[in-house]
Amino acid sequence: MADMEPDETVDSRDSACPGPLMDLVGRIKKSDPGTVLELLTSDEGSKKDVPDWLENTRHDLLEIEDQNGHWAIYVKVN
Amino acid sequence: MEKIVVVGGGIGGTVVANRLANDIGSMIDDGEVEVTLVNDTPHNVYKPKYLYIPFGLSHTDETKRPLTEILNHRIGLEVDPAVDMDTDAKTLELESGKTLDYDYLVMATGAKLVPSETPGLVEAHEDDTAHWFYNPEGAEALRDALQDFEEGHLVLSVIGSPHICPVAPIEFPLIADAWFRERGIRDDIEITYTYPIQRSHGLLSVTRWMDPIFEDRGIDTEYPFNVEEVDPESQTLEAMEGELDFDLAVTIPPHAAGADDLIENAGIGDEGGWVDVDHNTLECTRADGVYSIGDNANHGTSKAGSPAHYQAGVVAKRLASQIRGEPPTEMYHGKTFCYIEAGLDEATYAHFNYDPETKEKQLPKESQLIHWGKTAFNETFSLITRGLI
Repeated sequence: MADMEPDETVDSRDSACPGPLMDLVGRIKKSDPGTVLELLTSDEGSKKDVPDWLENTRHDLLEIEDQNGHWAIYVKVN
Repeated sequence: MEKIVVVGGGIGGTVVANRLANDIGSMIDDGEVEVTLVNDTPHNVYKPKYLYIPFGLSHTDETKRPLTEILNHRIGLEVDPAVDMDTDAKTLELESGKTLDYDYLVMATGAKLVPSETPGLVEAHEDDTAHWFYNPEGAEALRDALQDFEEGHLVLSVIGSPHICPVAPIEFPLIADAWFRERGIRDDIEITYTYPIQRSHGLLSVTRWMDPIFEDRGIDTEYPFNVEEVDPESQTLEAMEGELDFDLAVTIPPHAAGADDLIENAGIGDEGGWVDVDHNTLECTRADGVYSIGDNANHGTSKAGSPAHYQAGVVAKRLASQIRGEPPTEMYHGKTFCYIEAGLDEATYAHFNYDPETKEKQLPKESQLIHWGKTAFNETFSLITRGLI
């Protein structure tokens, strides 16, 4: 299990690229600053797409965890 | 008697009802089954034509047909908005106070625009600088704005995601480019297209097709670009990644499921408010006897008329099997077919399903023949809603 304790989870494990990133963006828009989001994704491309995208925004990548067949990407909303 | 209630009179709702009327017509005639369609207006609306209204190539009147002309005579019609649903008691309450019992229910209430979710967008719309074309009022207001737009920066910005008709945002700038050229004012107008992710479109096949065309036609692109706010005074789109000034913004606003309150109260929605369904059976995962099709469902493919049409055929067959006491075997595999206008007289199409490889398949070169195919298809929509094709 994750060491991180997210405030909210976005479960995109059924979505193919670019679904997980789109789901994350949508949730960020509705989240208050300081919120920690957990994006669950089974699309390996998300491990690159999400950090690449975050570099162009004010939001922070906290951690990426391999969780046996899918990944949990933790993001802090600023 | 077994009762089937279909909520929604769009493409999905009318097709599933009419296909049922054909498949199990004799059982309906014998009083063994009752099929009722519930809608909040007396009309079926064909949304794909909204794209053409801003350019004067279609009109709102051409998008509407009375449901009484479309529905098979075996289908009961209730023009009375559904306001509440009890999935344990299997009842649907209508605004008039009438309650319908059901054994099976199909949610097909579509999606609606929620521009108020983006701060400043409604104000900019009221100022006549920001528009959208995904509903009749918006398309007509944009038509009027385009008539007076002879120079400046037009920005097509995909703000909401998910949104209906995923290819319309690329069709609009391509048609606008041709339309402005035809009017001899293209050199005075800058066109920019913005998209939320790191490439120009969610479908890789569409990205590969559109990128060289946009470059060739002088349509700028900006991505990733996630608009958080619109400043109506300075006419600026403020995104997570930066800012963009506009003279005329054509936006794809945030969306929500049609009947979102009903879906939430019934407890059948996912975190985004869309009806949670099995992607193959289209059965609601959170209620027995409930299916959901089209734009209001989280079915894993595009929100558009095409998947709603194909899903309706699948659900009608599954329901017919269940009514006959047979196991439902028909499955949906993500079949989607989207025509894509590439200007005023040429088009291509994307054809894909849940298999990721189909989303990378090269699109055919745009042609006038395919454009005629799209035009003809748009004119035959009453045949689709009647369940004939």
